[in-house]
Amino acid sequence: MRRQSRRDFLKSVAVAGAGVLSCGAAAASSGPGKVNNEELGLLYDATRCVGCKACMASCKRVNAASGSLAYEHADWDKDELWDAPQDLSGSTRTVIKLYKESPTRWSYVQSSCMHCQKPACVSVCPVGAMTKDKTTGIVEYDKNACIGCRYCQVACSFTIPRFQWEKTIPQIVKCDLCKNTNLAQKGIPACAETCPAGALTFGKRKDLLADARQRLKESPDRYVNRIYGETEGGGTNHLYLAAYPFEKLGLPDLPPEAPAEFSEKIQHTIYKGFMAPVALYGTLCFVAVKNMKKQDTDEHPEKDAGKRRDE
Amino acid sequence: MAGHNDEFQRLDARIFTPSFFVLLALTLIGFFLVGVRYVKGIGAVTNLSDGFPWGIWITYDVATGTAIACGGYAVAILVYIRNHMRYHPMIRSAVLTSMFGYGLAGASVMIDLGRPWNSYNFFLPSRWQGNSVMLEVALCVMAYSMVLAIEFLPALLSAMENSDWGPFQNFVNWLHPRLVSDRESLNTGKEWMRSAAAKIRPRLDKALIFIIALGITLPTMHQSSLGSMLLIASTKLHPLWHTAFLPLLFLINCIYIGYSIAILESIISSYAFNRPFEVRELSGLAGIVPWLSVIWLSVVVGDLVWRGQLHAALSLDFYSRFFLAEFLLVAVGSMILFNKRMRRTPRWLFVSAALIVLGGALYRFNVYLIGFDPGKGWRYFPSLAELMITVGIVSFEILGYQVLVKLLPVLPRMARRGSHARERGARLAGDAT
Repeated sequence: MRRQSRRDFLKSVAVAGAGVLSCGAAAASSGPGKVNNEELGLLYDATRCVGCKACMASCKRVNAASGSLAYEHADWDKDELWDAPQDLSGSTRTVIKLYKESPTRWSYVQSSCMHCQKPACVSVCPVGAMTKDKTTGIVEYDKNACIGCRYCQVACSFTIPRFQWEKTIPQIVKCDLCKNTNLAQKGIPACAETCPAGALTFGKRKDLLADARQRLKESPDRYVNRIYGETEGGGTNHLYLAAYPFEKLGLPDLPPEAPAEFSEKIQHTIYKGFMAPVALYGTLCFVAVKNMKKQDTDEHPEKDAGKRRDE
Repeated sequence: MAGHNDEFQRLDARIFTPSFFVLLALTLIGFFLVGVRYVKGIGAVTNLSDGFPWGIWITYDVATGTAIACGGYAVAILVYIRNHMRYHPMIRSAVLTSMFGYGLAGASVMIDLGRPWNSYNFFLPSRWQGNSVMLEVALCVMAYSMVLAIEFLPALLSAMENSDWGPFQNFVNWLHPRLVSDRESLNTGKEWMRSAAAKIRPRLDKALIFIIALGITLPTMHQSSLGSMLLIASTKLHPLWHTAFLPLLFLINCIYIGYSIAILESIISSYAFNRPFEVRELSGLAGIVPWLSVIWLSVVVGDLVWRGQLHAALSLDFYSRFFLAEFLLVAVGSMILFNKRMRRTPRWLFVSAALIVLGGALYRFNVYLIGFDPGKGWRYFPSLAELMITVGIVSFEILGYQVLVKLLPVLPRMARRGSHARERGARLAGDAT
């Protein structure tokens, strides 16, 4: 009897396994999503950037009220005269870094939210604190919804959203293209408005792409022949041109399918219309009730005493 | 004593043992550090960073803790779906452990959340973001915790019904002698409680089977989703573990951990409380475990071959070593359990179940923490305070279990089972947990 039931058990496990298996196969077979080129974005040209960090300063000045972007002081500076953030953080939404290959060969690189076409942070947020604007494509954070689970940080391939670890009442901090500040007032994000070297251009994604292609065509030996963000991770609205391989500038090498496409497909296949869980529950109820009834009917006291508990 | 209750018994022993005070001390240290976290922020007590936003709390307390708390789930499948009623005596202690495990996983989530005051959003459908795996996990885990509480209710109700409320009376006496001066109203109060419990229990018994079915559906959902959580981290999770099969692997993983932990728990409490080992039930449970873990191991290997990652598994670098450790722990544990004779000795049962729990838990650590690489420059190892909070939570769990088995009829009755079996047939349907 034991053997029989073990086989049944294995069978049911195998059936369940096959179900999930086919989900996995279905998920693996489909391609990347559509790209909306009408969305707003930034084009950063690393060959034009002079590393003045004016964009960082104006970002903090403009957004100080909305994101509590306190100035950071370098550890070694006792007089606290320097504002020297080394990386993105709970008080820095954009930062200029330096890639140095040799004393004569180097490049600046900007780091801030990539405003993905299919953002992983929006996909994973359980309470909708991260949203992507349907027309502008701006990925925005709402502190009044956020529960601080930091799943957005786990999900982001670029490690962009930052958390205010040192605060009792913390927030997630990331660039929102000055949506409620400079963009609302002057129609342009503070960084792009301030940039004195023309390294940051703001506009619709299609215009930025056309501009970038034009630059690649006009001076092909100035650039690596690639626009970073055109397809990476499903496409981003923050695009990059540079003279060095993008991986060396700290930008990850990503496949064209957005990570969120992959994960949502699997999750949605399992939970499509909530059919599988309801069917599972129904089956379980049916089996359990049947077992109960069987117990009730075929367990006469005399038989039971011998069969059930013989110790 | 009412017939319903005699399959389980209360453990007659002192509550205030030395281990009670050790666990209490650890619990209090943990709670103190939780206080520090709420005053000074998460950064003050943890080594978490923007690269490693999830650390030991999520990895152990939630992802691994809920798997270890799957004893109730695994035993319920066996009893009510596979219809092996002889495992029924194990279910209350399994459900009690599950209840603690899930309750404390929920509690540690509230410690980990940066903005917990906003978590009411989980109850507002207008705020739900349907693509989020975490939303699914959170709702399921909350619902399942409720279900576990209901599944445990019969133990509480029968205790209320049959108790003479002596300790309670002593407690009230100690609290304030004047409170008992009105002895009559106190007695009516006790009588009222007793009759209320007697009224609720049969009604609950009738509906309980549908709650139990829910208690199997919900863990199936959220345990697989715990695997889905890391699907999104396609560039950060090492390819040894990042696969479309994560949901399936997590589901099977939690079931074999569930059975193994039921075995461990039974052996440890038999040893600690000086009761006879339930070898017969345990070897039955242990017969299932290796089959499950072998399915799991084959999916793991098959998937690695299919994705062409087998070389990464055998390269003996940092990740490969952790992978092999996880793999071998589970494999060796299963091999021992395939041996019928070893399966019948408490010692080997204990060793193999411990190996499988360790290996299965290491798998979850690998997925959530060890195989997680956010890029150059990010490093994480839990801080002492962070570890002590986790230790405090686990201590509280063991403490609660220790105390409750002495207050409520949770453990299987040990003697004279044969004579009681007569009545059992009639009441099996009713007495669900």
